[in-house]
Amino acid sequence: MTGSRQAWFIEWLKTALLEVQEYVKLCVAAARGTFSRPFYARDVMEQIDVIGLGSLTVVILTGFFTGAVLALQSGMTLDQFGARPFVGRLISASMIKELGPVLTALMLAGRVGSGIAAELGSMMVTEQISALRALGTDPIRKLVVPRVLAGVIMCPILTVISNAVGLTGGWLIALTQLRVPSGVYWSSVVEGLYIQDVWMGLIKPFFLGFVIVTIGCHVGLRTSGGTQGVGRATTNAVVAASVLVLIVDFFVTRLLISIFF
Amino acid sequence: MRHKSLAEFGLPVELAEPHAPVVLFDKVCLAFDEKVILKNVTFSVRAGHTKIFLGASGAGKSTILKIMLGLLRPDSGTVWVLGHRVDEMTETQLMGVRHHMGMVFQEGALFDSFTVGENVGYKLYEETTQPLAEVRQRVEEVLGFVGLSEHIDKQPSELSGGQRRRVAIARAMAAKPTLLLYDEPTTGLDPITSITIDDEIIKLRDLEAVTSVIVTHQLRDAYYVATRSASRDANGELQIDAATETKVNEADFVMLKDGNIHFEGSADELRSSTDPYLQMFLS
Repeated sequence: MTGSRQAWFIEWLKTALLEVQEYVKLCVAAARGTFSRPFYARDVMEQIDVIGLGSLTVVILTGFFTGAVLALQSGMTLDQFGARPFVGRLISASMIKELGPVLTALMLAGRVGSGIAAELGSMMVTEQISALRALGTDPIRKLVVPRVLAGVIMCPILTVISNAVGLTGGWLIALTQLRVPSGVYWSSVVEGLYIQDVWMGLIKPFFLGFVIVTIGCHVGLRTSGGTQGVGRATTNAVVAASVLVLIVDFFVTRLLISIFF
Repeated sequence: MRHKSLAEFGLPVELAEPHAPVVLFDKVCLAFDEKVILKNVTFSVRAGHTKIFLGASGAGKSTILKIMLGLLRPDSGTVWVLGHRVDEMTETQLMGVRHHMGMVFQEGALFDSFTVGENVGYKLYEETTQPLAEVRQRVEEVLGFVGLSEHIDKQPSELSGGQRRRVAIARAMAAKPTLLLYDEPTTGLDPITSITIDDEIIKLRDLEAVTSVIVTHQLRDAYYVATRSASRDANGELQIDAATETKVNEADFVMLKDGNIHFEGSADELRSSTDPYLQMFLS
């Protein structure tokens, strides 16, 4: 490794470590802000509306078409083994354990993560964050805590909705395209699920919601460089949150498997 | 040209006394990586007085305001504001000091999702337990003070640049601060609008007894604020006239150059200076 490359690598490593340090500090401050006063309850409700209700359409569409396409694809494969009636089992296992949480989280990363990074980034470059501090308000409590709480509360709820809509999408395809009777489909859905799977599908979105929102806040609050910086922050937030969703999903799944099975 | 030493200001013990320094910078240094912003900057601001920081872009003027407010921490030196040593306070402790301060940011920094009234009353709505009716009354009062009462329900995006600055001034004064910091309050505004902003600064200083620290590179506005005073006549009508000599001497000019204090003195001393850099700046 040449001298300049070594210097570049050390500089890159320092920047990366600084980012991680700042991210951890933000998470700790947000946790502390959640359990101490002042607590901005009205902002939490507002963010629940923005993050939860605002994302409902995209989550429903994603869930529905994922369930539908799963039914189409798995129907063809199951036909080879004469196992078409088991299509519900396959859809429920895939949707509830993995696809529901991950696809909902990826959609939220695109919609919510980018929105938070752009909003906080704009506030940074127009000195609104400094103005908040000058007016005696802690931006972490006012801006970060409500978003984190809303993300952690709404991500699991949206995932459950996505799962339900996904199973419905699968049922429509199973009924109309695969000619599987409704009773067979739904009993297969229930048979394919174990309580551990349901827990796994419910626990994972808490972690994924936390990651999406905290990354959005972290990137937004470190924005600099005017409107160009806001654009860069938005892209970075979506990319980082999407990749982290997949990484965190892997590790949380690994952890939950070791706990439940 | 006079460079004051800390001894001339008195020790921090005196900060609580009348006319004692409201702000005290002692050998403050700050650098961002290799770039030195402030080098051994020492000055004070007395209660009820005006301190005007001049200098080219990047001279460190706005940085001084941010250090006063605790938004930035100096690398070395001590900073006293309203009797508190802000350079070593935590963010939570700083909130208490900021309660007595206000800042008007360069572009106003109004919250664009709030109305004018919500912006002005933000601190009172969010950070105090004042009844909503009282807050509303105070918001109307300060908006009346800056002549924008009729815009209370508008969004900041519906206002002109000058109106936005006046809303920012109203927001900064709503909680009755004792120290107001202005960061380039007239930059980018036309001369007539600039005068209306200058008048607001003068009114706040003379009628509300607010200590002012102004950062600008608009010399005309700086002189205007330093040499005018506001009063009310017998009918309660506002008058802005030429200030008395005593009042003029209560306004101190500081010229920053390359992170150092290049000049400190009154308006007359600044005008009569033969220093080539000052001459260039004044021309």
